[in-house]
Amino acid sequence: MADVSHTDERIKQTSRLRQALIRPELGGIVGTVAVFVFFFLFAHDSGMFNAQGVMNWSVVSAQFMIIAVGACLLMIAGEFDLSVGSMIGFAGMMIAIFGVTYELPMWIAILITFAICIAFGALNGYIVVKTGLPSFIVTLATLFILRGFTIFIPQTLERKTIIGGIREAAEGDWLAAVFGAKIGKPIFQWLGDAGVISTFERGSRIGEPVVDGIPMLIIWALGLVIFGHWLLTRTRFGNWIFASGGDADAARNSGVPVTAVKIKMFMFTAFCATVFAVCQVMEFGSAGADRGLLKEFEAIIAVVIGGALLTGGYGSVIGAALGALIFGVVQQGLFFAGVESSLFRVFLGVILLAAVILNTYIRRIITGER
Amino acid sequence: MTSKMSKLLASAALVAAPFLATTAVADGHGDDLTYILVSHAPDSDSWWNTVKNGIALAGEQLDVTVEYRNPPTGDLADMARIIEQAAASQPDGIITTLADFDVLSGPIREAVDQGIDVIIMNSGTPEQTREVGALMFVGQPEYDAGLAAGQRAKDDGVESFVCVNHVISNAVVAERCRGFADGLGIDLGESMIDAGQDPSEIKNRVTAYLNANPETDAILTLGPVSADPTILAVEEMGIAGDIYFGTFDLGDNIVAGIKDGTIQWGIDQQPFLQAYLPVVVLANYDRYGVLPGNNINSGPGFVTADGLEMVEKFAGEYR
Repeated sequence: MADVSHTDERIKQTSRLRQALIRPELGGIVGTVAVFVFFFLFAHDSGMFNAQGVMNWSVVSAQFMIIAVGACLLMIAGEFDLSVGSMIGFAGMMIAIFGVTYELPMWIAILITFAICIAFGALNGYIVVKTGLPSFIVTLATLFILRGFTIFIPQTLERKTIIGGIREAAEGDWLAAVFGAKIGKPIFQWLGDAGVISTFERGSRIGEPVVDGIPMLIIWALGLVIFGHWLLTRTRFGNWIFASGGDADAARNSGVPVTAVKIKMFMFTAFCATVFAVCQVMEFGSAGADRGLLKEFEAIIAVVIGGALLTGGYGSVIGAALGALIFGVVQQGLFFAGVESSLFRVFLGVILLAAVILNTYIRRIITGER
Repeated sequence: MTSKMSKLLASAALVAAPFLATTAVADGHGDDLTYILVSHAPDSDSWWNTVKNGIALAGEQLDVTVEYRNPPTGDLADMARIIEQAAASQPDGIITTLADFDVLSGPIREAVDQGIDVIIMNSGTPEQTREVGALMFVGQPEYDAGLAAGQRAKDDGVESFVCVNHVISNAVVAERCRGFADGLGIDLGESMIDAGQDPSEIKNRVTAYLNANPETDAILTLGPVSADPTILAVEEMGIAGDIYFGTFDLGDNIVAGIKDGTIQWGIDQQPFLQAYLPVVVLANYDRYGVLPGNNINSGPGFVTADGLEMVEKFAGEYR
């Protein structure tokens, strides 16, 4: 029973079954099952469910998850952050500038980048809270500002908009490994030797398994989901997040530090975007001015699929994680299913819309809300 | 909950219905060879339509299946995932651009090492192609093409220029501007402007630049996306035909511009060949084991007002 204690305590005397069902993530669970059944039926022989295929959509889903956790907590606290995508591009570029152009040790470059980006998050939150302007507008402005800097700074310093050489600069760095390494290599090698995973047939890596470890990106995604879920459901701060998003005035009157909660959530969103960016530049070894385009909407979509309300005060981190999984599986699954590329967005739109409608419908039935 | 579950299943089936139809069409060739072409272009870039037509024609003629994939927003990190995805689906070959070596070389080399034949098209260099272990490069060496264009412009008396770059994040395309500047024998300096992708924005930027720098001799645009609004800009400013105007790539408006004298020349890198030839090469390699011994240069070819007829007929479709 303890695991459902975060549900609305104002509804009293409900049956066990009903209590088990009144969860924001129910829609996400149903959607996840539906999506997997769907692709299992239509793309099972396309390589989507071999080791490489699974790794492919897992990594894409994990990427969505990282930014969805931040967006989810912020949305429950009643605010949006549209600057996530630009923040990803900006953070990656900062690492390249400090680590490659200025040749600082990579761990210092990463820490400076985190500091700058979290400061921008705090600034977003401060402006939103102090002016009372919609976060939609404030972070839209940040979206342009950060994207502009992401193009301007490398062009001024390096005369180009893609800065490479990060992998070389990060070689042997302890903090870079926390974001860019792969773990469990011996297990995957063993699986490869045992023939469970196919191995490279030629080249310098012959005999190695095609999937040689779990990227830290996935570990970060799972870690953030667990942290976010714990924060939201097991701590006093989590209650404050719900209260701030549900009715900020009522929350303030009952002593919740709404201002601090909201600013902290903006900072956490910026933190998540930076984690995404660091993992990305460590994997690919270069930062580009076009990275992270439209990722803010992908984060919001994942959160909404996961059952959170756009108006705040209701939602779940587990739901958002499932939303990210659905989004990732659908996006890559459509490629596996061989959908004509120009129809790709149509399918994506239809499936997302269906997921959200389904979700709302389920929520209305189980919560009795009109 | 059972009735709700059945409703859910019904909705799932509803979503599945059009899906089934599409898969059937995609597999309609009923052939054993499947190739995937991965581009770096965002959905909004119309130039790649020629590439789609090229692979469609090659697929039809050779009776093979060729699928086209691209990152919707043009984000190269997303493109890397698409290449990984393509490799996971075990096609007979992958044709891909190499727009950023750092990002794409890893996934491409992994595909090669899995035994998938890869051909690099459009973006990249012969050296990079060799390094990732691809069979060959089919495209236009960008710097050389820019250099040739710059030398040509210098012979025509050009001393300064503005480069209208609509894909500022693509380092390879920017080489065209650098080559052009070197061809003219001048420093690139502030001559390259980031025009963005939006037509009215591009037009305004070009107008603003030319007003601020009235001594500019020449305009270089890097594709129809930047050329079309630039044509409008020079027409509006009343300097069409007066200012030296060269462009990379072709399209309906560019061809019309060459015809009426607004544009001196267009450099055709012949995207049709970049898409068509790799399919031909891969299919014949898979079927008969024959392979051309070198990279294939699909361009540069200068298109001027002479001999426009064929170009005009197929502009935007196969040219």
